[in-house]
Amino acid sequence: MVPEVMNELWRCLSQSAFLNSQPVQTALIVGACAALVSAIIGVFTVLRGNAFAGHALADVSSAGGAASFLLGISPLLGFLGMAWIAALGMEWLGVRKARERDLATGIVLGAGLGLSALFLYLDVTTTSTTGAAVSVMFGSLFAVSRELIWPAIGASLAVFVLVALLYRPWILTAVDPDLATLRGISPRWMGLLQLLALGLAVAVCALAIGAVLATALLIGPAGAAIRLSRRVAQALILAVVIGLTSVWAGIWLAYESYYWFSGHAWPVSFFVVVLVFLFYVFAMLLAARTRARTNVTYPTMREREN
Amino acid sequence: MFSSFMINTWIAGTAIALVAAFVGFFVVIRRSAFAAHALPLGAFPGAAAANLLGVNPFFGLLIFVGMGVLLLRQLARIGRRDVGTGLLLVLFLGIGALLLSMTSEYGPAVFSLLFGEVLGVSDADLWAILVICVLVLLAMILMYRPLLLDSSFPDLAALQGIRNARMDLIFLSLLALVTATALPVVGAFLVFTLLVGPPAAAQSFSGHPLLSLLWSVIFAEICIWGAISLSYWSNWPIGFFVGILGAMLFVLARGYRHWHQRQRRLVIRSKVLNQK
Repeated sequence: MVPEVMNELWRCLSQSAFLNSQPVQTALIVGACAALVSAIIGVFTVLRGNAFAGHALADVSSAGGAASFLLGISPLLGFLGMAWIAALGMEWLGVRKARERDLATGIVLGAGLGLSALFLYLDVTTTSTTGAAVSVMFGSLFAVSRELIWPAIGASLAVFVLVALLYRPWILTAVDPDLATLRGISPRWMGLLQLLALGLAVAVCALAIGAVLATALLIGPAGAAIRLSRRVAQALILAVVIGLTSVWAGIWLAYESYYWFSGHAWPVSFFVVVLVFLFYVFAMLLAARTRARTNVTYPTMREREN
Repeated sequence: MFSSFMINTWIAGTAIALVAAFVGFFVVIRRSAFAAHALPLGAFPGAAAANLLGVNPFFGLLIFVGMGVLLLRQLARIGRRDVGTGLLLVLFLGIGALLLSMTSEYGPAVFSLLFGEVLGVSDADLWAILVICVLVLLAMILMYRPLLLDSSFPDLAALQGIRNARMDLIFLSLLALVTATALPVVGAFLVFTLLVGPPAAAQSFSGHPLLSLLWSVIFAEICIWGAISLSYWSNWPIGFFVGILGAMLFVLARGYRHWHQRQRRLVIRSKVLNQK
């Protein structure tokens, strides 16, 4: 019985126009990479209270994406290079002291966006890339070229290796930096490595849904998952599920939206962002309700940290 | 450079930098750089929507930035403030991307909204900008003391009967107003640099609030005047110069403070040695 159903399902899937279109296949794979890495790195980022830094790296990486049009290199390399430069810049200006972190992040963000303005302007005036601003900033997942699939998978694997190696030290530094220092873990190195991993994740995300919207995949699923879980591993799995669902459903909705309004497809990024936002609000309300009803105060990770 | 079509830009730029410095001073001491980044970007779809409907972009900006403030407070109440801010920002930007994909004028319109347009200030715009700047300045002068106390010592402010939530709302509303005025000129991304760069640099020069405020006004004016003239000469986008000048001011001010502190330490050490 079950094999028959599976066969039927497989036949339906393999015949659907949606899954057979090449841009959709690329979009599904690159989108999945982006959702996976960003959900995992996002959990550590949100736990450390680094959401602003994550967002800033994503925004600054847009300058790299814009420069890649000028230099004729792969956009993934552009995003990654600029995100790493920004990460080093923030570290240098002093993200270590919590008091200074906000300002240093802001200054790097401002300078990076300035550069991005210049590169996009040069893109428009010197080369004939029209719409560079829109595709760098807001992404166009259906237009990602097939050759970028393997680099995107490679970048994601690099992030997974980093996370697997540094899983415990990262959690310890996120939850209790003083204790981590006592155990001989240097918070500064951990912070820098984490920013570099964040840069990798941001580059894949920026490629998928655009540099300024990458934040959605980075902190949305993680923020929702952390609120609903009591263990880090549980939060990681939940974040991956939320991220993947949002991205794939977003791609499907964007594909379908072509038929809604007289042949004008809505951007994928719009659907992904809206889905992530809905998941987040739903998770927050759910967490608030369960707590009010049971009236038992389980310490969630958020409170344990405070 | 001071020809008739640039006069409006110079006046608008000066007024915007003045209020941006005032509000930015509070952005820095309240440590709400993320909100100051999110509100302008959240307002940007407002201009896109107004473009689509054919009304004055200014109303679109005000409506969206107002919605942004209300939603931001709601999201901050149910979850972490920074995560809420980030998600609100991307939600609005996503809507902006959708609206822009519907208009025919795609590239140039997006670009000038995001990165600023020096020559875009008409006479009607100028009056609107000036009126809002005066309103913001008046509100700032009236609310200066409670806002300062609430920003630096929230507990003490609460003892004095100043309500934290209300101050937060007032601060965010002022931020929103400044954002809506500055956005068409400086661009959605770089309003933020004008708000954060000069006041952050000013902190290195003085610990006294009024002096620090004065410095941040001076720095903001330097930043905007420099950006307008450089943008006029080179024809490059004004946002680039605002961003780079803001960052340079900050780095220079930090360098100065570092050097100053070392000098003072050396002087103290030599005095101690002399006494021995």
